[in-house]
Order: sequence, then structure tokens, then C-alpha cells
Amino acid sequence: MVLLRQTRDSLRDLAPVVLVVAFFQLVVIRQPLPEGLELLDLLGGLVMVVAGLTLFILGLRLGLFPAGEHLAREFARKGSVAWLLLFAFALGFGTTVAEPALIAVAGKAASVVADAGLIATSEPSQASFAFQLRMVVALSVGSAVTLGVLRILEGWPLHLMIIAGYALVMGLTLLAPAEIVGIAYDSGGVTTSTITVPLVTALGIGLATSIQGRNPMLDGFGLIAFASVMPIIFVLLFGILRGGLA
Amino acid sequence: MNEMLIVLRSTLLDILPIVVIIFGFQYLVIRRPLQRLKQVLAGFVLVLLGLTLFLVGLETALFPMGSLMAEQLTSRQFLPAVVTEAQRHWLDYYWVYLFAFAIGASTTIAEPALIAVSLKAGEISGGTIDPLMLRIAVALGMAFGITLGALRIVLGLPLHWLVMGAYLLVILQTLRSPRSIIPLAYDSGGVTTSTITVPIIAALGLGLADAIPGRDPVLDGFGMIALACLFPIITVMGYAQLAEWWERRQPR
Repeated sequence: MVLLRQTRDSLRDLAPVVLVVAFFQLVVIRQPLPEGLELLDLLGGLVMVVAGLTLFILGLRLGLFPAGEHLAREFARKGSVAWLLLFAFALGFGTTVAEPALIAVAGKAASVVADAGLIATSEPSQASFAFQLRMVVALSVGSAVTLGVLRILEGWPLHLMIIAGYALVMGLTLLAPAEIVGIAYDSGGVTTSTITVPLVTALGIGLATSIQGRNPMLDGFGLIAFASVMPIIFVLLFGILRGGLA
Repeated sequence: MNEMLIVLRSTLLDILPIVVIIFGFQYLVIRRPLQRLKQVLAGFVLVLLGLTLFLVGLETALFPMGSLMAEQLTSRQFLPAVVTEAQRHWLDYYWVYLFAFAIGASTTIAEPALIAVSLKAGEISGGTIDPLMLRIAVALGMAFGITLGALRIVLGLPLHWLVMGAYLLVILQTLRSPRSIIPLAYDSGGVTTSTITVPIIAALGLGLADAIPGRDPVLDGFGMIALACLFPIITVMGYAQLAEWWERRQPR
């Protein structure tokens, strides 16, 4: 029953994409599909997308959400701030460092920066730049989740912190080498993967619900916001420092 | 089948650190058994299988289709003919803008991370936030950001001025919005760019930067993601402001 309802929801969620693609293909482009793209494959792919989305959302409700909220409650009950902050850091760092999207972006970034003459074009120097960049981004997400959790504990207003973050980004943008700016802005978007987002959201809401005097709507959200601004700041700083060394 | 195994492996590597951290802290620090362990484990397996199927399906159907269409819409044969040597007007690319808007909005509606966040928001707001309305607001912001990104590549505007303008708008709106929406709005910027949308936008940006003389695919291709992260914040706050205004206007 749950499975059926979820499948129906997934179909509804994917209908707009299918309509947009069909409209542009049939009305605007009006060209036959090229070699190697079979209509049957496309339909099979769509069936997999619908089934995958359905199972994913079911799995979130059964596993990821309860596990995140349960841990948050236990931490709040135990009252150990140090462990909680360590957990927040481990979660942010651990989920980012191995993220395939980040590995891809870091590799591309190294070649852009090498082409611009900021680092040597040799293989090892590019590899080491890519590795450093990955570590910087993973550290930034770790500290972002830690800071976000600290904010929930202390009840600091989110908007002031984020606006301060934006101001910092603007200031650093003017100082950083031009080649780094695009990479930095991009790195904010690649860090929040499909598995991390639900877990981090459940953690924030779980904490805000278990701590006295916190409102889940006001205090529970915001962790993702930190995780998207902090990497920009860290990568810009990294660019300024590395640019100075070169 | 082989491809399925590769994706399964990389998804597993994605989930593994999370599983290790959660269970590590649960059993070593908190030292109490997890409630409903079997259900949670089943959930993780479903997440793993679901995400794998989803990604393989995207790679066989949506990504090739999306990049093909991005390529076709920006190709020289498709655009209206111009006299040789003449400059193309920026309006000639109208199908590109429409496609950017439509594909941005429709893929965001199907974004799993956004579905997750909107489910939670609906749950804890006690019904004042409709998950589907929230997703539509985010999708419109995303669509707007991507369209602006496409326009930026065509016109060659500098990225950081657009980003700073958007920041300014976010700050101004923050001062005027209902307080309870602000954290959710800020979060909605980060959730939109995870699985479906990024590869298609990247293809569009790359195709566009390639088709227009004087644009560098590497330097101009990425600005879309930055803008796509900012505009959902603006539309979600806008949605809350509209809802509040509507509420006030209703006669009691």
C-alpha cells in the first residue's frame, strides 16, 4: 500500500521532466534520435528512475530519518557537547571527502589552475593540488556542520551568521585569483549529496526538537546552508594563500 | 549489467562512511542499541538500491537525452540563419532560455534531496508548509537561476556581479520575510544541486559556451550552478511573503 502510493508520487514527480523532454524533442527540435539512443532504452531508463526514486524515499523514511533523529535525541539526552561536535565534524568531513562529484571537480580545477600558470602543469603537482583542494572542501564541510550544530545548541540567529558569511565571500572574491573564484562558487554546490542532505536535516531537526527552548522550524534547519557557504569561503582563502606562494 | 555494478559500488562507497559514523557513535559513544535496528538496516539497503537504480536510469535515459538536446538547441544549424559575419542578437537564443527554464524547473521537482527536505518541513511545520508548494517555489527559483546563467553566457556578463546582486536581494528579503521561513529558505539553496540537475545544466552551459564566439567553456560553463543555488532562497522567501500577504488579505 505504502509502496503503491510512493510509486504514484514518483510518477507524478517525474512527469514534468518527461513532458519537457517530449515537448522539445517533438515540437521544437524535430529530429530523429541519433544512432545509439534507442527509444526502448530511454523507456527502460525511465522505469528504473521511477523505481529507484520510490525505493530511495521509502528507505529514507525507514532508515536514514529515524537513525539521524535517534542519534540526535541520544546526544541531547547524554548531554556531551564535545562528542556531539566531534560527531558533527566526522559526518561533514566523512561524507564529503569521498564524494565522487567533489573528486571530479577537484581534478578539473587542478587542470584549470595549471593552465592559468598558478601551479606547475606536471602530473604530481596537479594531483597534489587536487588532493589539497579536496581536503580543504572536506574540512570546510566538517567545520560547517560543527558550527551549525553549535548554533542550534546556543540558539544563535542563523540569518546574521549566513549574511556575515556572504559578506566574507564578497570580500574574499575581490582578493582571490580570478581562476579560483569559479571553482570556489562551484564547490559550494557539489558538497551536499543526496544521502547527506536528508541525514543532516534529520540531525538538525532531531536536536532542535530535543533541546528545551528550541523551535524545530527556526533552529532545526540551516545546517545545509552552512555546508553550502563554508566551502566557498575556505576555497577562496585557499586560493589566496596558494596564489601568494606561487 | 556491468554499469549497474559500477554505480552500485560507488553508491556503496558514498553510504559507507555514513553507516560507519552512525553505528560507530551509536555503539562506541552512546553505547545503547539502536531502536528498531532491523527496520533501519532495511531502510539503508533500500536507500542503496533505490539510489543505484535511480542513477543508472538517469544515465541511460535522462542524461544522454538532456545533453543531446542542449547540444542541438545551441548548434548553428538550429539557430535562425544570419548573414555571414553578422553578429547574432541575444534574443536569437530564445529556445535555449525556454529550455533552460523548463528543464531546470522540471528536474528540480524530481530531485530526491529536495523531496526529503520538503517532507521534513511539512512534518514539523504542522501543515502550514505544503511540501509540494515548497518544491514548486524551489523549482521556480532554480529555473530562474539557470535561465539567468544561460543569459549571462550569451551576453558575457561577469559572474560575480550577478552573484553579489543575488546576495543583496537575499539580504533585503531576509529583513522582510516571516522569521520561521528563513532557515528553510537558506537550506533550499543547497539541496537543489545534487543528482539530476547538475549534469544537464553542465551540458547546457558547456554547449552554450562552445557555440558562442569568445566564450571559454571552462571559465563560463560553471556559473550556472552558483546562480542556481541562490535563486531558490529568493523564491522560497518570496513564497512565504506572498502566503503571509494572502492570509492578511482574507476577510475573517
